Amino acid sequence: MEPLNALVSVSNFMLIPAFAYGSQLALGALGITLIFSILRFAHFAHGDTMALGTAAVIGGTWFLQARGIGIDPLPTALLAVPFGILVLTGYLLVADRFVYRYYRKVKAKPMIFVMASLGVMFITNGITRLFMGVGETRFEDGERFLFTVRQFRDWSGLDEGMALRSAQAITIITALVVMVALFWFLNRTRAGKSMRAYSDNEDLALLSGINPERVVVITWVITAILLVLAGTLYGLDKGFRPFNYFQLLLPMFAAAILGGLGSPIGAIVGAYVVAFAEMGITFAWRRVVTYLAPEGMEPSSMMQLLPVDYKFAVTFAILVIVLLFRPTGIFKGKVL
Amino acid sequence: MPEPFLIGDAMTGGYGGADILHSCTIAVEKGEIAVIVGPNGAGKSTAMKAVFGMLKIREGQVRLNGEDITALTPQARVAKGMGFVPQTNNIFPSMTVEENLEMGAFIRTDEIRVTMEQIYDLFPILRDKRRQAAGELSGGQRQQVAVGRALMTKPSVLMLDEPTAGVSPIVMDELFDRIIEIARTGISILMVEQNARQALEIADKGYVLVQGANRYTDTGQALLADPDVRKSFLGG
Repeated sequence: MEPLNALVSVSNFMLIPAFAYGSQLALGALGITLIFSILRFAHFAHGDTMALGTAAVIGGTWFLQARGIGIDPLPTALLAVPFGILVLTGYLLVADRFVYRYYRKVKAKPMIFVMASLGVMFITNGITRLFMGVGETRFEDGERFLFTVRQFRDWSGLDEGMALRSAQAITIITALVVMVALFWFLNRTRAGKSMRAYSDNEDLALLSGINPERVVVITWVITAILLVLAGTLYGLDKGFRPFNYFQLLLPMFAAAILGGLGSPIGAIVGAYVVAFAEMGITFAWRRVVTYLAPEGMEPSSMMQLLPVDYKFAVTFAILVIVLLFRPTGIFKGKVL
Repeated sequence: MPEPFLIGDAMTGGYGGADILHSCTIAVEKGEIAVIVGPNGAGKSTAMKAVFGMLKIREGQVRLNGEDITALTPQARVAKGMGFVPQTNNIFPSMTVEENLEMGAFIRTDEIRVTMEQIYDLFPILRDKRRQAAGELSGGQRQQVAVGRALMTKPSVLMLDEPTAGVSPIVMDELFDRIIEIARTGISILMVEQNARQALEIADKGYVLVQGANRYTDTGQALLADPDVRKSFLGG
């Protein structure tokens, strides 16, 4: 029995990556939940707009790198994030002006909005691929590790090692800061409160003199910030490929629905549940169990419930179970 | 006769189809309480909405303090000093009581603290519950939040659409007392009520509508004493 080694092993291969992945999902799911509660539709273009924003950040990163501007040991991409936010805000506002605003004016049904966002998704997807191609782009630079497996092993004297990549650490810290800032904004500022009021009761918000178009613009700006951060952090962590970003749509929606659509805290909790479920079920537990099992009882199989390729099946199963048994989600959100 | 403070004068119109209001006139004097009563489907709420601009009128005028406001949107009328409490969905349920009041004062740029204190003095229970989500309160307390929210703009006219719908008789008396108190501060009150008898008791002016037209118009006391009104609308 070597519980310490088990803990280190499970942290290295499962807990830390899942925590980072969950943080990336949380930022995306927050955007979905905000758009759902304020613009009242499921934003299907979420994954692809995230890719577009990240592409802008990568462009900015290349521009900065070519001029030798960096913030070593931190990745240059962080310096390009404001540029990405600017580009994506512009893009989303243009999309809103030319696509969604019309449907708001004619008070279209939510499903029509969803279809419109599907159209935006395809166009955005095309634009991203036009600039970035379909292959993988790596744009992580600076110090790659906070500490490596070898350093950890030397320091702790354990058999198992643990590494903390800077992309993971940056992800977790940034996500926490952004979440706190978002909650502060929604609960403490006039603009944030007007957004919540609009989400609660549109007619009464109008009567109170809240300008809906202003609320809509603020929502898109916040969405752009969340998406660019989520996309950049995901890209630093795992590399940028447009198709992967499109695929993130499923876990992000699962997270938002699981937490309760319209509930920001729900989106965060849902994101971590989805991330840990995906990683936990596709993780090979053999090594960890070997450390924990009594002598002679070591497992002979990989102890992996599903191959890694099936991780989206886990998310899909969560989504189906939630929709069947508790469609309002953990925090009593709205039903899609 | 001098012009009333707020008057919907000979309003005719509806929601697009057939007219619901037929040359209907509703008015309220400064600091007085006017009550619109009548059978179901008489167009009571419609008349109120017409005064507030939530429904286009084909003919007639709405004048506030002598100014023609017929063409203004409801939001613009709020800025002119009209407060409106809808019958349902009249609060922000997930926001705290205090945030509800803050949102009521959204168009104000000056200090709102004093107004908020006045509302807490008027409805002391709201002070105790100010950090609680408004949606978690009882029906009567929610109505207080709704009225408080509308008062946050410091309106000169407060319009209430069935403020006592769905609350217990005790809470109803309590609400009516508060409404009298509000009127005493110089705010004109125009309200639609199902509980005709109790409402007419506190009314300076009563309007009995039938099929979108004025049937009887008099002081509250006179209407209560009128045998025709009693027989047809107050159940004897």
